[in-house]
This record gives sequence, structure tokens and C-alpha cells, in this order.
Amino acid sequence: MTPLFESQVLAQLAQGEVTSDSLVKTCLQRIADQPELGAFLEIDEEGALAQAAEIDRRRSGGETLSPIAGVPVALKDNIHVRGRRTTCASRILADFVAPFDAHVVTKLKEAGAILIGKTNMDEFAMGSSTEYSALQVTRNPHHPERVPGGSSGGSAAAVAAGLVPLALGSSTGGSIRQPAAFCGVVGMKPTYGRVSRYGLVAYGSSLDQIGPIAADVTAAFELLHVIAGHDPKDSTSAQMGRDDLSLRVADPKGLRIGIPKDWLGDGLQPEIQQAMSRLTESFAAAGAEIVEVALPHSEYAIPAYYLVATAEASSNLARFDGVRYGYRATGAQNLKEMFVKTRSEGFGPEVKRRILLGTYCLSSGYYEGYYLNAQRVRTRISDDYRQAFGKVDAILAPTTPTTAFRFGEKTADPWTMYLDDIYTVTANLAGIPAISFPAGLDSQGLPIGLQLMAAPFDESKLFQVALNAENFIRTWR
Amino acid sequence: MHGYEAVIGLEVHAQLSTSSKIFCSCSTTFGADANHQTCPVCLGLPGALPVLNQNAVRCAIRFGHAIGADINRRSVFARKNYFYPDLPKGYQISQFDQPIVKGGSLAISTDETGYKTIGIARAHLEEDAGQSIHDGMPQSNVKSYVNLNRSGIPLLEIVTHPDLRTAEEVYAYLVEMKALLQYLEICDGNMEEGSLRCDANVSIRPMGQASLGTRTEIKNLNSFHNVKRAVQHEIDRQIAVVLQGGSIEQVTLLWDADSQKSRVMRGKEDSHDYRYFPDPDLMPVALDETEVQALSRTLPELPRHKRERFESEFGLTQTDAEILTQDKSLAGYFEGAVAVSHQPKLTANWVITELLRELKGLERGIDACPMSPHDLGELVSLIDRNVISGKIGKTLFRLMFDTGKTAQELIEAHNLIQITDSAKLEQIVNEILDQNDDQVQQYLEGKTKVFGFLVGQVMRVTKGKANPQLINEILRRCLDGRR
Repeated sequence: MTPLFESQVLAQLAQGEVTSDSLVKTCLQRIADQPELGAFLEIDEEGALAQAAEIDRRRSGGETLSPIAGVPVALKDNIHVRGRRTTCASRILADFVAPFDAHVVTKLKEAGAILIGKTNMDEFAMGSSTEYSALQVTRNPHHPERVPGGSSGGSAAAVAAGLVPLALGSSTGGSIRQPAAFCGVVGMKPTYGRVSRYGLVAYGSSLDQIGPIAADVTAAFELLHVIAGHDPKDSTSAQMGRDDLSLRVADPKGLRIGIPKDWLGDGLQPEIQQAMSRLTESFAAAGAEIVEVALPHSEYAIPAYYLVATAEASSNLARFDGVRYGYRATGAQNLKEMFVKTRSEGFGPEVKRRILLGTYCLSSGYYEGYYLNAQRVRTRISDDYRQAFGKVDAILAPTTPTTAFRFGEKTADPWTMYLDDIYTVTANLAGIPAISFPAGLDSQGLPIGLQLMAAPFDESKLFQVALNAENFIRTWR
Repeated sequence: MHGYEAVIGLEVHAQLSTSSKIFCSCSTTFGADANHQTCPVCLGLPGALPVLNQNAVRCAIRFGHAIGADINRRSVFARKNYFYPDLPKGYQISQFDQPIVKGGSLAISTDETGYKTIGIARAHLEEDAGQSIHDGMPQSNVKSYVNLNRSGIPLLEIVTHPDLRTAEEVYAYLVEMKALLQYLEICDGNMEEGSLRCDANVSIRPMGQASLGTRTEIKNLNSFHNVKRAVQHEIDRQIAVVLQGGSIEQVTLLWDADSQKSRVMRGKEDSHDYRYFPDPDLMPVALDETEVQALSRTLPELPRHKRERFESEFGLTQTDAEILTQDKSLAGYFEGAVAVSHQPKLTANWVITELLRELKGLERGIDACPMSPHDLGELVSLIDRNVISGKIGKTLFRLMFDTGKTAQELIEAHNLIQITDSAKLEQIVNEILDQNDDQVQQYLEGKTKVFGFLVGQVMRVTKGKANPQLINEILRRCLDGRR
């Protein structure tokens, strides 16, 4: 496999050892060399080279630039870049050109990041394998017959294949951490409200967060640091800046690491269980305190998540009706038929399934039993975490029950695919930050991912512990 | 006597007079080119997010204070989901089970009892949808058009309890509500431009029955008179149905102002399931206690209080006070004129009979009146002090209204000051009498109706500037002197 761009590349750029132009050219070459990977939906070669030249000129002129200035960043194709297409990997938006920049894109442009292209995803971020992209297949860089995970599968695959140093994904139930785990890279979901959602095409608005995907913890932090902070255009954006964010290197001695014992056992691939044990032992050996934590409402997390997320999605996706933009079916005889035909032809099977589920969940007579109960579960899950973080600094858990599965393995039965989110959805429901990092390979050579979670807005602690974990795991090789 | 009474509830949608829309910074000015006052937020583009306009919240709070309602310190925006081409997100952001204003009431004037209190159930904030245009455009035979300038304009939906009983009460309620909204300066009340809209819920029941009958909802009511007519039409229709042994079906009706008839828009089975749920893009609206209190101190004198004061302080009749207070600007105009004339009743007469008639002729509101309150007050004062006659006053009023000049300027230019010089008038009178021997003889023979003719002659000669009382007095004296 092509070596990944680790965080050293940021330092090399900053010190002028590498130019942005050469880095962008390397990326473009690698992308061209691996067309079968299918990570990108669109490449902006001309724009990327022009941006790189501009950054190199400014840097040689002595300007102090952001740590990610001149670094190519791939964007999941549900994030708007003005003048570029945002397809959400859907037929219904296949020709939609975004008329404005997402807040994160504004921040990336200000920092001088190179917006190299848009990556494949499950249609409207609904899926865990990128198989539900209506536009193309994306393969796991570690195995061509395995899925890259999803829904940010294109972004994770692009970083894992060494095509780009950095990428952005979005997470509603695990769509950053799960593909990062499957592809063997770092993926981080920030606290809800830490990163503006303005310009992110919504799936489940109360759960969605944009987050970084990178080869290592340090690079992921640098990207998060650029995109985080309050945005007045997003009412759910937290009223805080990003000054509290720091990447602290600290001895793990005295850290309290929580282990949700109930999560381990049935259904967890033994090699992932072993990686958990090994990392737990590393922390213990380094003087960290290992504490068992109870997250008793986790068992209701999957149904609660699929009710809340789909309810919001059914409403969020109502705007794609063929009237003002996007795909419009031809041959309809009246308005209702136009709506029905457009949406029947424009949306893929998983999106339709979730719209139907969400519509049902909000319908008169079912709202109380489904939507409100799901919200109650959500409150209980948040309470579970609040209590846990009263006792521990971070919680260590598997990211996924298994390593990357095969194409078609889970599309026949949606429920088996939904169960794949079992370890990731609780962090989205509770709005807490979580980071997945690679923890070795299984017997088939597929990456294992483990995750750490921390209290809301305690990203600094999360990254500190993640750096410790990364250091331990490096010694395993 | 049919023995039925009507039970009516109203939903008034008041467009709030904020300068920008409720969830984005687009302008709310009426009449811009189609789709020119839009942005990603009010176009409902993917990725755009709403941010609440705090001025709309302040409008709602002030309204709540004015009707004596509970202001909910925490209210929630919800999504009302339905598909329509002029609803760009496929849902309307509204408030559902936690509105910002709850309870309160509005007193209306009625012929029978003077005043009646109408209970308000709630008032909530929401965004307007766009407009669908089906007629009058190129290719209207095969296409419909959508204008989204109105999408996202803030609305306050004010819902009454079913306290209204007649079409007249409905009319009175709307007049009073419009006045209140205008006094608060939160809505311009212009029904033609759609800034005030009304839906009516109507049912009937046998007199004395406590439970409610099946109701129908009437939509598309675009003027106060249409509301009144449509409600009366619906009451009559329902009574006729029941008297013929039929029963009322729960339907939504559309009022057609041209034919003065309603037609069924949809039945109960087609009623929408709006699938309301809290909008995850907006935080609950938490009000600052200090601000809520502070806003209660920003209320102006409200229409009813002003009316009562006009009656007690100025001695106006209830009718005159009502006319003068229906429009805040008119009331202000009147008070401005009184401050100069110091003659409230006379001023009221001039405003109501002359000024309003002229403005109506020009189809203008009081805000576009060419004559300042100060100038009208001065005119009234000149008449009151007998500097000019009432008749000259009317001439002068016309000139002032047409030219925008002051009374003083015009009096000088046209030499309109009343002749109050007795000696001069006596000289004129004697000249007239000399020229009209026949009439003088008739008068002296007891045919006193020629007196009017002689007054008219004096007026003609003096071009109306002679003081009428003085003319009468001098004429009578001179005539008697000729006996």
C-alpha cells in the first residue's frame, strides 16, 4: 500500500522542506493511479494547483500560515463549496451546484487549505458501507472486496490510500469513526455544537457533526482546530470559540479510563476484543486507573437513533421535491404525480426506507410512542454518560463489532447494517466527542478500530488520551 | 325564528413589521421583483440554517402584554410538514404545543351591549410561505409560478376562543385587532398586501346548547367585508342545511369574493397530518425576564384607552371617538390639531366630515395627508374665533388641502379675512337695499323670506367674507330703518 501522509507532512510544509505544489501534484498522481478505489466523485485539479501556488508564494514571502496551509483536504460530498457540485451521492442532487460555502469551507479557505475534491458517500449519509452511493463504488484500500465503511467512506478511503493527508466527513450515528476504523485511519466526531453545520446538507440535524479524518491523531487535531468555533449562522453552534482546544502531550499516569464492560462480549469480533484488552493493559501498565463504567441504556440506542435520525431526515429531505432545483421527473400529469415520480426516481432504496420510517414515526398516533420515547431514551443515555464522566476522564470502547465486511454482505437485511452502528450511535445521541484510531490488523489483514469518548466539549482531554493510545499502539508493530 | 346561534372562532395571521425576515436577513419590503428578496435560508436550499430574528420575538411579547396574556418564558419552534411548491423546505417553521403567547383577551364594541370581551387562546410566531401564481403570467395556461419573496416573512398567528356569535362581531373584532396591531406598530394591517389575513371557523347550535356543533373552516378571506360576508353566508348555509334535516360536514371552504360564494377545498378525510415535531435547527426560545418586563413598559396608549379618554377628556361621542381612534395615525393627527385649536369637538367635526372625505376621494391614508395637523388646528381656531366664517373656512380648507399651504398664507393671498367692520358692512348693506327696492318693499309687507335673498346679495358682494351674524344684525336694523 501507498504510505499515508502522517502529520509530519504538515511540519515539512511549514518548514519549507516540501512545497504545497509538489504535495498537491503527488496527491493528484496517486488519485490518478488508483481509479479503482473510487474515493473521489470530483477532483478540482486546476483549483488545487492554483491554491497551492498561492500558498507557496505567501510562504516564501515570509508569511506565517496555518498548520494546514497548503495541505490538500478532501471533502465529503455533502459539504458545500461555492460553485462546485454537492451531490450527496444522490441522483436527486447529481447536478446541484452549491451557491455558498459551508462554514467549515470558509474556515479551510481562510487557513489556506487546498480543496482538492469531493468524496463518495452513502446517499445523503445514510448507510455504513458507502454501498448506497447512487453514483459509484468505493473500495476499502486494504481489500478490494471489502467496503470502506460509511457513510464517509470516500473520505476515509482517500486518507487510508494515501491520496490526501486530510479529509472531512460527517457523522450522524458513526459515519466518521466507522469508516475510519474500517480503513485504518483516525476519525473524530466533535461535541455537538463544536463545529458549525452551516453548509452541511442535513440528515439528522440534532445529531449531525462535521469532523476530521487523518492518518494520525495530531493531524486530525490540526484539522479540527481550523473548523471548530462558534458560527452565528448555526443556531445550534455552541457559544464558545476554539481557544480551549489544545493538543496536550501528557503522561497517562493517573488518568482514569472507563471501560463499558457490557459492550464487550457477544457479537464482538474476538480480535477486536483482544485489541481492547491489550490497550487497556497498556494504559494500566503506564499508571492509568481502569474503571468499569455502566451505560445501561445503550441497549436501546439503535432503535432510538433510527427513530430520531429518520424522523428528522423525513422532514429534512422534504425539500427535494423537483420544484426549485435538483432532479425533476418528466411525464407527470399533475403536481402530486410530479412530487411522487421525482422522489421515487431521485432517491435510492435506503433513503426511501429511512424517509418512510421517519414519516411513520412522526405520524399522528405514533409520535408519542416512537419519537417522544426515543427522545426519552436519548436523555437517559446522556445521563448515563454524565454519570460515567463524573468518574473517568475518557471511555475506551471498540468502534465497530467487526472489521470491514464484504460488499453485499449487509444490504439484503438493513437491520444487520444498522447493528453495525451499535458502538458509535451513543456518542451522537449524547452529543459527546469521540475519536476512532487504528489498533492493529485482524488475521485477514483488515484494520481494527478502537474509540475514546469524553465529556461534552472536553476535546482537549480526548485528544490527549488518544495520543497516549496512539503511542502505545505504535509499540505493537 | 330558527332558534340557532352561530359559534365562531378566528385565526388572524398578522405579518410583523420587522425590517428583515424571521429566520434570515432578507428584506421584507413589499413589491420587490419576484424572487429578488431571497437567500439560501428562505429559498430552503440544502445546508442553509435558520437564525431567529429577535425583533419578531419582541413584537410577539409586546402583543402578549397588550392583550393581557401569559408570555411563555420558554417556547418551541416546530416543523409543520406538508408538500407544496411555494413551501421551499417542505415544512413551515411554526410553533405548536409551546407557543410564545397564551391566553389574553380583546374587547370589541357591539351595538347591543357596548363592549364584549373575546378570549384569545394563543398567539404564536411562524414563517410565511411563498406565493403560487396561477394566473396572469406568460404561459399561465400551462405553468404555475412561485414567488418566494414572502417566504420567511414573520407572522404572528392569533387564535381566538370560539367566543364570537355574529358576523358583525367578527367584523368588530377584526377592526379592533387591526387597530391594536397598528398601535403596537407590529403590523401595518394592510389586508390588500396580505399583511393581515384571516381564517374563520364557523359552527351553529340550538340556542341554549352548551356543546359545540361540527365546524367548517373558511379560508382565502382577503378583506374585512369579505370575512363578514363569508361568515354570514356560512351561518345561513349551515342553518338552512340543518333546517332541511341535513347535517354539517367538517370541511375546509374557500371563499370566492367574485361570486360571493364558498366552495369546498377539502373534506375531513383529506385533512393533513402535519407531523409536527420540534425543529432541531432552532433552540427553544428562552426569554430574558428583564427584557420581558422592560417591553411591557414600551406599550403605547392602546385603542380602547385612547377612545375612552377622547370621550371623557374631549367630550366626544362614542361614535366619533371610535372613528378617530381606529387608526393610530388618525388619532395622532386629531390630537395634534386639537393642541392648536383647543376645540376638540369642532376639530373632530372637521376631521371626520371634511378631512376623511377628501382623503377617501384621493384613496389616501392619513399618513399621506397634504395638510398638517397644525394647519388644520389653525383653520379650526380661525373659524372658532370668527376671524373667518364657516363658509370661507370650507373654501380655505379646499385650498389648503390642494396646495399644502397654511391658512395664513392663503388668507393673505386671497384676501379672505372676514369683514367685521360694522360701519363698512352697513354701507354695503345700504347699497344693496338701494338696488333692490322691490325686495325691500316685499319684506316690509311681511314677506320675510326675501331676507335670505338679501343676505345672499351681501355675501356675493363681499365674496363671502362678511361675518354672517353681523350681516343678519345690520340687515335687519337697516330694513327696519326703512319702514
